[in-house]
Amino acid sequence: MDLIVHINPEGIEKNINPFDHGSSLHTDVMKTQGLIQALDKYGFDAAFGGARRDEEKSRAKERVFSFRNNAHRWDPKTQRPELWNLYNGRKSPGESIRVFPISNWTELDIWQYIYREEIPIVPLYYAAERPVVERDGMLMLVDDDRLKLFPGEKIRTKRVRFRTLGCYPLTGAVESDADDLPKILLELLEARTSERQGRAIDTDSSGSMEKKKQEGYF
Amino acid sequence: MNNPVTKIDEYLETQAKLSLLRFITCGSVDDGKSTLIGRMLYEAQLIFEDQVAALRNESKHHGTQGGDIDFALLVDGLAAEREQGITIDVAYRFFATDHRKFIVADTPGHEQYTRNMATGASTADVAVILVDASQGVLTQTRRHSFICSLLGIKHVALAVNKMDLVDFNQETYDSIVADYHTFAEQLEFESITAIPMSALQGDNVIERSAKTTWYSGPTLIGFLETVEAHKSNIASPFRMPVQWVNRPDRTFRGFSGTVVSGIVKKGDDVRILPSGETAKVDDIVLYKNSLPQAITDQAVTLKLDKEVDCSRGDVIVAAKEPIEVADQFEANIVWMDQDAGHQGRAYWLKTSTTRVNATISDIKFKYNINTLEHLSSKEMNLNDIGVATITVDRGIPFEPYSNNRSLGSFVLIDRYTNATVAAGMINFALRRAKNIHAQKLVVDKSARETLNGHKARVLWFTGLSGSGKSSIADALEQRLHKRGIRTYILDGDNVRHGLNQDLGFADADRIENIRRIAEVAKLLADAGIVVLTSFISPFKAERDMARRLFNDDEFVEIFVDTPIEEAEKRDVKGLYAKARRGDLPNFTGVDSPYEAPDNPEIHLNSGQDSIETCVQQIVDYLGEE
Repeated sequence: MDLIVHINPEGIEKNINPFDHGSSLHTDVMKTQGLIQALDKYGFDAAFGGARRDEEKSRAKERVFSFRNNAHRWDPKTQRPELWNLYNGRKSPGESIRVFPISNWTELDIWQYIYREEIPIVPLYYAAERPVVERDGMLMLVDDDRLKLFPGEKIRTKRVRFRTLGCYPLTGAVESDADDLPKILLELLEARTSERQGRAIDTDSSGSMEKKKQEGYF
Repeated sequence: MNNPVTKIDEYLETQAKLSLLRFITCGSVDDGKSTLIGRMLYEAQLIFEDQVAALRNESKHHGTQGGDIDFALLVDGLAAEREQGITIDVAYRFFATDHRKFIVADTPGHEQYTRNMATGASTADVAVILVDASQGVLTQTRRHSFICSLLGIKHVALAVNKMDLVDFNQETYDSIVADYHTFAEQLEFESITAIPMSALQGDNVIERSAKTTWYSGPTLIGFLETVEAHKSNIASPFRMPVQWVNRPDRTFRGFSGTVVSGIVKKGDDVRILPSGETAKVDDIVLYKNSLPQAITDQAVTLKLDKEVDCSRGDVIVAAKEPIEVADQFEANIVWMDQDAGHQGRAYWLKTSTTRVNATISDIKFKYNINTLEHLSSKEMNLNDIGVATITVDRGIPFEPYSNNRSLGSFVLIDRYTNATVAAGMINFALRRAKNIHAQKLVVDKSARETLNGHKARVLWFTGLSGSGKSSIADALEQRLHKRGIRTYILDGDNVRHGLNQDLGFADADRIENIRRIAEVAKLLADAGIVVLTSFISPFKAERDMARRLFNDDEFVEIFVDTPIEEAEKRDVKGLYAKARRGDLPNFTGVDSPYEAPDNPEIHLNSGQDSIETCVQQIVDYLGEE
């Protein structure tokens, strides 16, 4: 299997980063445009993603085989009907399909499966003492000196983990003692907040995820 | 008990015992479907705190409840839906109680989004059909009920909602329930559970309402927790459509797929369809392990004891209880595209593992949604439901949809736009594939071609009326005839007055007209003749259908290209003038479209070039043969 790495060269040239440019511009340039460039460059017919319908309400509306026009746009108002398990993979050159095989899995399903099959996961999912600052109600990890502190902000060490991992620093950490899988599962069973509450890009504005998805974001 | 591992293992064990129910909410616009789901999730405390905070905030902007929480906004996930206060596409939500896990699909009520409702219903076990108590049973209530029934949903809840608007009046409720039963008697439901409800206020959703003391049935959640869930096909004979031939190296060859009914054990005799070859199951393997048996819904790889011809799209079945292989069947069709479906038109037909060429050979009737009466029709329009004969270009193994959803369902895909245009459910085979093997004759086309001294061809002229098709075909035939080539012209004069005199000029008739001409041309070509067809043949789909009847080099599409202004100026037969006056409806170029060919073999510029020049261009193309 080949691992292809593509980074939007314009973004690198202009040093687009979430610290100076905000989550919205950074997401558009580095994630959406970067992805579109790579899809165009290699001419992929389909791109697989791990998005689930239970994550967010515009994702709850998406098909398993989600059609994209030749500009990679999603048109949520005219999605193809998708009956039973019959997936229409037909498309014209230039068009593509985003495929979400685990659409109907829930957050709990994922963790139960990881537990049952003993799938290795990255350490950031496990609770540990980590330096964080609190900003806009989110716990941001202080990973290196890219994160510039605002006046009055203080770095504190807290026992935190990530319930979901997006890009840094746009994913917030949660305070937790869950340092192994059973504890993570227990924590989820008792959770009173949703998985994506730590994702900054969801809250740029209402309908934010839908807009990004229309523009070509995964 | 505080050991997390023990606690989690106990939890997982209880989870494994819980059954999963997939249900939909459907019914007419504004019957309160989204509100109901929002209310259920909220009352069952299945909405997270950050979601409730977001909901409160949004209810202030887009809510229809005067600043109170608008539960519909929980499921109406698209900006356009929240703006307009309607549901456009189906939303899937997941929740669980102590008794069951649920996946609910909230489906749109508007007629124009019926395809999205059908999408949600196709994977549901149970339907909650909402009726607004102040409105009663509406056309959409009937349409959705009918679709649910067609798609095989057996148990429904009739949620008579908005009871608060009719003061929880029992007579109103009883009359709606009676009205619904009269209609639903004609459907295939096994049970209908009526529940008086107010989704807005929460009456009989989760808590029993004090305002309906006259009602003794279950609450909605009570119904959902106890209604019979998905019926497994495990008691039926073994069937597995082959999704993939698994051949990692030379030492291993297996057939991967999901078992759609029955059980398969090591050593079982199986049959591969359509080939009919038999073999024994040598091994049943997963990623790492080998299994003694696999049951319905399990995804496995079967290794057989001998080399057999088996590829993607084939079905492996119990050897002694095979399924039918057919290339023509009757099916229920739900049409889901703006472009109408026409009798005689070709589409892709997609089943779970295979894709074949298919033609709607006959639309038997479509339904009047309110009365379920049969209406005769040659086309299916958006949201029509009907019964049609579908013919495919090779035999496919299938089961009636009522026996097995996986082996009896298909979708039709437009060959040009790639849109999913229809959903189909097979009722029964009309023609078994094995009965139509053509008898091999000794004197065949190539023998006749040798005798004639030239190859058979079909020269398919297409273009507007007045573009010069007939004049060019006529001049060309004279040239060919002089050279000793056997020719025949099919045109309006010899076809419309005889073979096709029963056909008019509506789209469906035009399609059938071309289909018959193509079939006649095929017979003539088989006789070794050079056939010249001279018809407007305005639709790409039909020209391509004709092309598929012939070998690659046999079919020559000739685009006789004259601009409409020029053709109308010529108007040899006075037809354009008549059409412009409105005396000749469906006239190509005036009030019916002409779809120019994208890649014709020959493109004649007949607006400028003389007939002689055009004929020479064709002769040059055909060469010296």
